[in-house]
Amino acid sequence: MIDFNPLYVFLLAAFTGYEVIARVPVILHTPLMSGSNFVHGIVLVGAMVALGKATTGLELAIGFFAVALAAMNAVGGYVVTERMLGMFKKSKPAEGAK
Amino acid sequence: MSQAFLMNAVNATYFLAAFLFIMGLKRMSSPVTAQGGIVTAGWGMLIATVATFAHPEILKAANLPLVYGLMVAGIAVGGGIAWVSGKRVAMTDMPQMIAIYNGMGGGAAAAIAAIELLKVAAILPGTPAGTSPHDHGAFVNALAVAGALIGAVSFSGSAIAYAKLQGIMDKVYSLPGHHFISFGLLAASVILGIYIVMEPAGSTGLVIAFFVCALLFGVLMTLPIGGADMPVIISLYNAFTGLAVGFEGFVLNNSAMIVAGIVVGSAGTLLTQLMAKAMNRPIAKLLTPPTGTGGPAQKVEGTQKPIEAGDVAALMAYAQKVVIIPGYGMAVAQAQHKVWELTKVLKDRGVEVKFAIHPVAGRMPGHMNVLLAEAGVPYDIIFDIEEINEEFATTDVAFVIGANDVVNPAARTDQSSPIYGMPILNADYAKHVIVNKRGKGAGFSGIENLLFYQDNTRMYYGGGQEAVAKLVQELKALGD
Repeated sequence: MIDFNPLYVFLLAAFTGYEVIARVPVILHTPLMSGSNFVHGIVLVGAMVALGKATTGLELAIGFFAVALAAMNAVGGYVVTERMLGMFKKSKPAEGAK
Repeated sequence: MSQAFLMNAVNATYFLAAFLFIMGLKRMSSPVTAQGGIVTAGWGMLIATVATFAHPEILKAANLPLVYGLMVAGIAVGGGIAWVSGKRVAMTDMPQMIAIYNGMGGGAAAAIAAIELLKVAAILPGTPAGTSPHDHGAFVNALAVAGALIGAVSFSGSAIAYAKLQGIMDKVYSLPGHHFISFGLLAASVILGIYIVMEPAGSTGLVIAFFVCALLFGVLMTLPIGGADMPVIISLYNAFTGLAVGFEGFVLNNSAMIVAGIVVGSAGTLLTQLMAKAMNRPIAKLLTPPTGTGGPAQKVEGTQKPIEAGDVAALMAYAQKVVIIPGYGMAVAQAQHKVWELTKVLKDRGVEVKFAIHPVAGRMPGHMNVLLAEAGVPYDIIFDIEEINEEFATTDVAFVIGANDVVNPAARTDQSSPIYGMPILNADYAKHVIVNKRGKGAGFSGIENLLFYQDNTRMYYGGGQEAVAKLVQELKALGD
């Protein structure tokens, strides 16, 4: 028997991703791409688990490599996104909180 | 603590992380909340990463101290390099930085798959199915292979994209029969992948060959792509990495990876489509052999009429509305701070100033907005092509600085032009058009710009930063 639950998760996650950014203005394309780049940095937790499972020398080396790459993805993605978004300012003070 | 309790606790943090990621992305899609959005997502990442140290699968490791040591070292080394480079990178170099970080994620996903596949391959041939703890069945192996292929392509492809945008590598390379070799490599990786899924036991050599083919395919796929198409391919690789992470999430049974990966995979696909549309560069066109464009050079009638700083300043000072059209040339000349100064001087005189941004004004859609934001230009006087194009008819002065193709009326009228059909900013409809350029001659793309020869256009020659500084001086000298 095939477990269908992951397929439902796949389906719903795919629609969520689409809907969440469906109305993004062009001015945010670059920061948002960078932000979504940060989010897939979650591969770090998978790299850690894979390293935990590694037994041979080769597997340990690949696992270490995976953790280092994933950490670069997560940390780098965060730093540059935060820097870019930190620059966006409005000219007048906001007229009442929305 | 029991293992079940630990697993539940870790999974609970993953659930929270998935929620925070989606919230963060949602907030990042509006300029008002975007800054908080990345922080929201950041908390999700931190919580999930810390919790993973207590993941039961890791605690089972026979050599736990070594594994922990490697983990901490990997995070310190990778995170440290990324932190320093991310803090230092200039805003103009942002696209290639995103590309390289993204490639790292793809590489990590491929590496996870490599460990899983090597474990499966190490099972002795002839072992009955389902008896080895490493045998997860054909379905999971297929996902591991698919994620590995996509992740590896994203990894090597992004590295090439980085090298190209950084200027390490010449713009376009292609081998004789390039697309056949690329296709052959792709076909080879797919066939090897299928073989590994069907007959995993004892396939270590095939696994290695599979990765080599996939990595080479990523390189060859990216080599022939020119600078203008780079943003689209970077965005596509971003979606690839998301998918690869999602697939490896299924393999490791890790919900945070599944949700985050698939959400990014689909959001990234949509974003790629939006970018391709905004830039008038269909994705399918990128991945097929280029057709020889060009044709005979267009004939242009008329002359380019120069103008001096004093006259430009006077025109602007007594205008009601000035629209500034910046291009990448402005950023290269580092003139954006001076342009903001010019804007402030004009605003003080009561002139309405707006910025018009074409999607390809920077190196990728939204990049110019980041560059202007860095100079201090508030985002609510910056407008994109659809918002501002109607306004040019009532604009007194359109000031084009460092932009070229995006204001070329040939895109509307000349069917033989390579840019025919691309949406352009209607600068030519303004009463006066001032073009700041280093000197005469066609720009980056080599296409003659009809706008430069129009009766209402004046060419204001000079390097961006210096030229705008002179304008500011002249305006201040004008007094009230």
